[in-house]
Amino acid sequence: MILADIIYLFLKASLLLSFILVVVLVLTLAERKALARIQQRKGPNRVGFKGFLQPFADALKLLTKEDILPSSANKRIFWIAPLAVFLPGFLIWVTIPMAQEVVLSNLDMGLFYITAISVLSVMGLLMAGWGSANKWAMIGGLRAAGQLISYEIPFIMAILSIAILAQSFNLKEIVDDQGTWPFALKQPLGLFIFLTAGLAELGRTPFDIHHAESEVVGGPFVEYSGAHWSVFYLAEYMNTFTVAVLTVILFLGGWQSPAMPFTGTLQMIVSLIWFLSKTTLVIWLIFWIRGTYPRLRIDQLMSFGWKILVPASFINIFLTASVLYYGLGEWVITIISLLLILATFYFIRRGSLSKTKQDTVRVIRADDIRAQLSSGAEG
Amino acid sequence: MIVGFVGALAVLLMFVASKLLAPKRHSILKNTPYECGIPASPYQWSQIQIRYYVFAILFVIFDVEAVFLFPWALVFLSAPPAVFYEMLIFIAILLFGLAYAWRKGVLQWR
Repeated sequence: MILADIIYLFLKASLLLSFILVVVLVLTLAERKALARIQQRKGPNRVGFKGFLQPFADALKLLTKEDILPSSANKRIFWIAPLAVFLPGFLIWVTIPMAQEVVLSNLDMGLFYITAISVLSVMGLLMAGWGSANKWAMIGGLRAAGQLISYEIPFIMAILSIAILAQSFNLKEIVDDQGTWPFALKQPLGLFIFLTAGLAELGRTPFDIHHAESEVVGGPFVEYSGAHWSVFYLAEYMNTFTVAVLTVILFLGGWQSPAMPFTGTLQMIVSLIWFLSKTTLVIWLIFWIRGTYPRLRIDQLMSFGWKILVPASFINIFLTASVLYYGLGEWVITIISLLLILATFYFIRRGSLSKTKQDTVRVIRADDIRAQLSSGAEG
Repeated sequence: MIVGFVGALAVLLMFVASKLLAPKRHSILKNTPYECGIPASPYQWSQIQIRYYVFAILFVIFDVEAVFLFPWALVFLSAPPAVFYEMLIFIAILLFGLAYAWRKGVLQWR
């Protein structure tokens, strides 16, 4: 009996894993294609029909590539680090529902579980940085730790305001609560904070200072190659998918659709398709942001996280809780939240204009040079 | 537990597969740590700057606060009013701490 249960769960987990692996393969190709289109290129188009077999070729290439262990590396930490990055990301998937009944185990403390597990992957990045015994890797690992823990707070707080609205940590109940209006309408500020902090948690391009090629040449991954390197990237794409899925579940109404004429299995399939198409939209948004924005500097990144996102997320919680507590209409949250978004953008704009003097990098303006030259010429 | 086991198994399988498939031709130069073309110095772990530590402490403070906020988020509507106001005071104290750190210039990356 118990053995049968274990085998059943084992099979379900394997199914989940293979689903995620397929998604990751598709995502690598989709990202390259999307970026290529943004940059007016064609992208991969040689392997298979229009390049659709490219991810398989990549995977084969990575598996058959030599796995180098640097001579001064801390061997055990170096080998185990990819696993420590991959596992927390995968463990989150235990409780993420894809449709009404498509979930491994729907925990009552689902949101709490997700926030608790997701921060663990910082450990893996630090291990990778330390184990490589390389200056770039060490700096990259520390940067990763600093960035990820900074953005973890607004991430958690955005999740928390959703929990306050839905009065539940159960992801299924949260989705059911969005039957008429998705939470994105009640929590525009929350959505903004969640997506921004989520992007930073992923280390995707506007926030990828910890593996920036031009600064720390790949950060914690600089010494890795072959299968170990591919596990890091597997984890990164899997986490991209996770953040997109969480955005859909928490803010965009999950598998809720305007009209559902079907019942039974057909309903499940249609809602799954609905869910996945919403997710695709969010993923496309993430790729779009990557293709459009340049990388932030580390001081900009930290001050943005601590001075704008953290206070904004606290205000958001305060606002949501107060409106619910005093029994005001939920449209009040929408309006104030929209105003707060405008205020946030104002502060971002103002900050970027006025902070140049205190920056790490010395900024020399053309006017200053001209003034110096002219005064030198006079004196 | 089992899900974690499956994930670990898959990753380990990948490592084993690569170990079987991948070529192994080591050389002393190939195994040296990556550096920008110059010989790597013998001691590879550079010093850690204190600012990471400051941010880590700030994170711990707010994360512990989040642990308190989670149960509060579910009960404050049905609990007596004191619960709601106490948490507001708690958040206010923490935000005051953040403002103090800001004023002290800790949040500025230098």
